[in-house]
Amino acid sequence: MSEFVNFHFDVDGDNFVSAGQASVKVKKNLREMGLDPDIIRRVSIAMYEGEINMVIHAGGGVADVNVYKDYIEIILDDHGPGIPNVELAMQEGYSTASDHVRSLGFGAGMGLSNMKRYTDDMQIDSTVGVGTKITMRVNME
Amino acid sequence: MAKRKTCYRHSVELFVDKCTGCTTCLKHCPTEAIRVHDGKSEINPDRCIDCGECIRVCPHGARKALCNKWENHQEFKWKIALPAPALFGQFNDLEDADYVIQALLDIGFDDVFEVAQAAEYVSAYTRIYMKREGIKKPVLSSACPAVMRLISTRFPSLEENLLPLLPPMEIAAIMAKKKAKEEHPELDEDDIGIYFISPCPAKVSYINMGFGDYKSHVDVVISMSDVYFMILGVMRRDVQPQAASKAGMVGIGWASSGGEASAILNDKYLAADGIEHVVDILEKIEDGNIPDLEFIELNACTGGCVGGMMTIENPFIAKTRLQTVRRYMPVSRNFLAGDESNIPQEYFFGSTPSYDGLTFLSQDRLQAMQMMEAIQTLHEELPGIDCGACGSPTCRAFAEDIVKGLGPTIEDCVVRQAEKNIKTNKE
Repeated sequence: MSEFVNFHFDVDGDNFVSAGQASVKVKKNLREMGLDPDIIRRVSIAMYEGEINMVIHAGGGVADVNVYKDYIEIILDDHGPGIPNVELAMQEGYSTASDHVRSLGFGAGMGLSNMKRYTDDMQIDSTVGVGTKITMRVNME
Repeated sequence: MAKRKTCYRHSVELFVDKCTGCTTCLKHCPTEAIRVHDGKSEINPDRCIDCGECIRVCPHGARKALCNKWENHQEFKWKIALPAPALFGQFNDLEDADYVIQALLDIGFDDVFEVAQAAEYVSAYTRIYMKREGIKKPVLSSACPAVMRLISTRFPSLEENLLPLLPPMEIAAIMAKKKAKEEHPELDEDDIGIYFISPCPAKVSYINMGFGDYKSHVDVVISMSDVYFMILGVMRRDVQPQAASKAGMVGIGWASSGGEASAILNDKYLAADGIEHVVDILEKIEDGNIPDLEFIELNACTGGCVGGMMTIENPFIAKTRLQTVRRYMPVSRNFLAGDESNIPQEYFFGSTPSYDGLTFLSQDRLQAMQMMEAIQTLHEELPGIDCGACGSPTCRAFAEDIVKGLGPTIEDCVVRQAEKNIKTNKE
């Protein structure tokens, strides 16, 4: 057996309606694995925010959730426009979402900060014009 | 794999002769509790939440809710009927709830205590509870037992949000018993029988099995459809009833979706009904993806309790009929004194059923990881059309059943076998 179990998702950037589905699937799998409800909740919120971000800003991407023995790693990888100023983007309420996205109730500028809040570690690796890779980690025990 | 013992008894029964193994119920079960085994439908009691969807969708009438029969339960000296509010929505042009109450007395009940009465107290107590400091919001209604079981088996992180009050049916049972003892001191405790007239199998299970550590105060549970036919014969609209309803619009309103929530008198509420919408809302609450709300009412049945499997009328028609019944009712007839802020301790439930009611892959994390990986690998080999012919609801569930060692093998996938045969024939 490999060192971790991987759940892989292609996040479709053209389909706003289906955004958030990967988070639901992850949750279902983690529940079956008998993980702590609080861990599952944190992973699924971080995953949900990341998924929505990829759809809103990056035209989709790929998401991987890797379950290790004592931690869960969430990797979100896109080929979107990149984040010019990560520090600014991390601020609560800072948003570059379009009016259209805001009219749907998204784009409140809480995505990245929520992802940080609900995970134990978060690394943002972003290059303007190339894409963004976010790696989050939620520790168990 | 270790087999866990199940002691939870559900109230959904299968008539084996009528079951054709058609997979309809398999595809509609919201918790994937059903498998078709040897051509017959089987329910996994650990997963079943008693929502009654399988009864609703079975084209052969092979599933039925198990209830007590009135004629078999005459053992109590003093029989008290507890009609659920939905009962009043079953009759055409009913302008006065008193006719139904009188009819219940006429068929042999000694007294009637409307659940709607207790519901009005629950509404009042909920308003008090909502003002408490430090409670988890949004508060989730605890009146629908199917939703309660769904939360405790699939959404344990939301248990803290549950309104910790007993449902109206139980508070009605406690109050009715107390009232009977006061009014008839000659009666022994065992002489008094509480008969709940239920709209759904979920309430039947709740009564028979309790919830967590809580044991129901109801003694006998009769199906609403049975009672409907019993009282239809004796209900006289041309004779003024002697009995008088003690409930108001608030209490009767609990019969349909939104009734409980609107009685909180706070506009930051949401009321969802129909099991699929309920699951969706619970997912959204768990993801923190709902508007800022104070209270959420969830009903497993479409339309609320009027949509229960043991009612007669279509839920939307029943709701409309309730508007007629409610027309001349006061807003509420059961409320607390203005300064009352205390909720009696006996109206709280203590614990919820434990989380491991859900079928985990394994308690051991490494083993769970191993099994999850095996499920994913196997799933990729399957046709992915979720036809149900193997007896599991989806290809994913089938892979899970194989890995868990629940009986099926990959050879049970007829589509995969057929594809193989076609390939061999071509060669």
